[in-house]
Amino acid sequence: MTHRARSAHVGTSLSMAELLAVLYTCVLRLDPRRPAWHERDRLILSKGHGCAGLYAVLAEVGFLPLSWLERFYQDGSRLAGHVTHKGVPGVEASTGALGHGLSLACGMALAARRDRQNHRVFVVLSDGECDEGATWEAALFAPHHQLDNLVAIIDYNKMQSLGSVAEVLELEPLAAKWKAFRWAVREVDGHNVGELMQILTSLPFVPGRPSCVVAHTVKGKGISFMERQLLWHYRSPDAAELDRALRELDSPG
Amino acid sequence: MRTAFFDTLLQLAEEDDRINLVVGDLGFGAVEPFARRFPDQFLNAGVAEQNMTGIAAGMALSGKIVFTYSIANFPTLRCLEQVRNDVCYHEANVKIVAVGGGFAYGALGMTHHATEDLAIMRVLPGMIVVAPGDPIEVERATRAIASQPGPCYLRLGRAGEPIVHPRDLVFKLGRAIRVREGNDVTLVVTGGLLATAVGASDRLRATGVTVRVVSMHTTKPLDDVEIVAAAQETRGIVTLEEHSVIGGLGSAVAEILAESPKGKVPFKRLGLPSAFATEVGSQDYLRNAYRLSEEAVMDSIERLLRAT
Repeated sequence: MTHRARSAHVGTSLSMAELLAVLYTCVLRLDPRRPAWHERDRLILSKGHGCAGLYAVLAEVGFLPLSWLERFYQDGSRLAGHVTHKGVPGVEASTGALGHGLSLACGMALAARRDRQNHRVFVVLSDGECDEGATWEAALFAPHHQLDNLVAIIDYNKMQSLGSVAEVLELEPLAAKWKAFRWAVREVDGHNVGELMQILTSLPFVPGRPSCVVAHTVKGKGISFMERQLLWHYRSPDAAELDRALRELDSPG
Repeated sequence: MRTAFFDTLLQLAEEDDRINLVVGDLGFGAVEPFARRFPDQFLNAGVAEQNMTGIAAGMALSGKIVFTYSIANFPTLRCLEQVRNDVCYHEANVKIVAVGGGFAYGALGMTHHATEDLAIMRVLPGMIVVAPGDPIEVERATRAIASQPGPCYLRLGRAGEPIVHPRDLVFKLGRAIRVREGNDVTLVVTGGLLATAVGASDRLRATGVTVRVVSMHTTKPLDDVEIVAAAQETRGIVTLEEHSVIGGLGSAVAEILAESPKGKVPFKRLGLPSAFATEVGSQDYLRNAYRLSEEAVMDSIERLLRAT
């Protein structure tokens, strides 16, 4: 997709690939035939630049035709280079400006509770958007209102736009920050499917508290020449690189 | 105006449990009756307008009709991107309410002068922009936006605005209200200066000048039919707003006139220059200082007529 589209952000899609796969196949209560089903779980991809990964998953599980992916990012396409809900079944909310998703999710979780509904609201954040003040406004809000139907998952790949998180604006101790904000926090290897399954099927971690999963991940995971390489926040693979990347992904282990 | 808004919102919440009020830790002495009566429809989001607006959008996407409420620029400019992306792009049923339009909090200083809000809200796709002129319009406008799907901005004055309209006023979003008839000049006004406009018209009438007063409570969508009628039926158009002359009512009317083949008419915008107030004072003091008093408006109308 990102090769054909010559779009950026392939690395950020790869760091959460296992995470989205586990969520959409084993965790979220969804019905692709009824995208507006009222009792569905909601997922907001707050890191909207990871849209290629989300669109691919939505197509795989049946919300949209696989053929749509071929037109990602192209002239006249619905699939924009940041997550958009307009005309795209299965997308709960449009994002792309960082630091919006957690507030939207808080509003959905609060509305569900006020309506005595049992569905849950998941939101996937980037580490970079933990720089945004609005993220922490929402981080204060959710525990205060005991939104235990809310799950924030941080794709902690430790790279942002112009450098590593440690270089740009250090977030450590990140899990401790969320704990201090009174979230129930679990840390997980974001590429270990078994661990993700185990963690994400034991929600909420603590009744009466929102859950936070700090998923330790690798940007560009699975492609040797992309892993942890800042270049691949923006670069899109050329034909030779695509070929090499696909061969690496196909090879066992 | 604030009292009229909250009285109406209480009635609306009584009739419809989808109505929610989300405040940014402001509204002391005003929000308490709602909070006490409808605790499950009330939320104080704290001093966090970005989160307040995102939450409101999230609740609206879950079926609620959400009113956000704060002072002056806080529910609009402080969280402008949330208003644009989360509310407008999602066509979320969020009604943004700001108390203290213009210089209502004049003595509190620049931070509390809401003088560019109409322009900034007006440019956002899908946003309906309403600045009622008196408590009757507030009551009608509050009801109208509650039943109008999608984003709305309601700009209120503060307290003590005189009642201009009869109790049985017919009000429709986007439809101007002709408050005084006249054929010499049309004075188009939005927001809390309505009483000033009517006062100026009444006093000029005594001198033989008839000024049509049009309450343009909705600056988006603008009632272009009423503007074009004014251009054809009267000898000049003056706009009046407690807002920058850039981007608000005056600009909106000028846009209609400039594009209309029938729009050739002497025209004057009365409002604030694009500059921060260099002194503080009561609303009346600042209105005087910026030539928005009854006398100054009369003077501007007379000048326009002399020049025609």
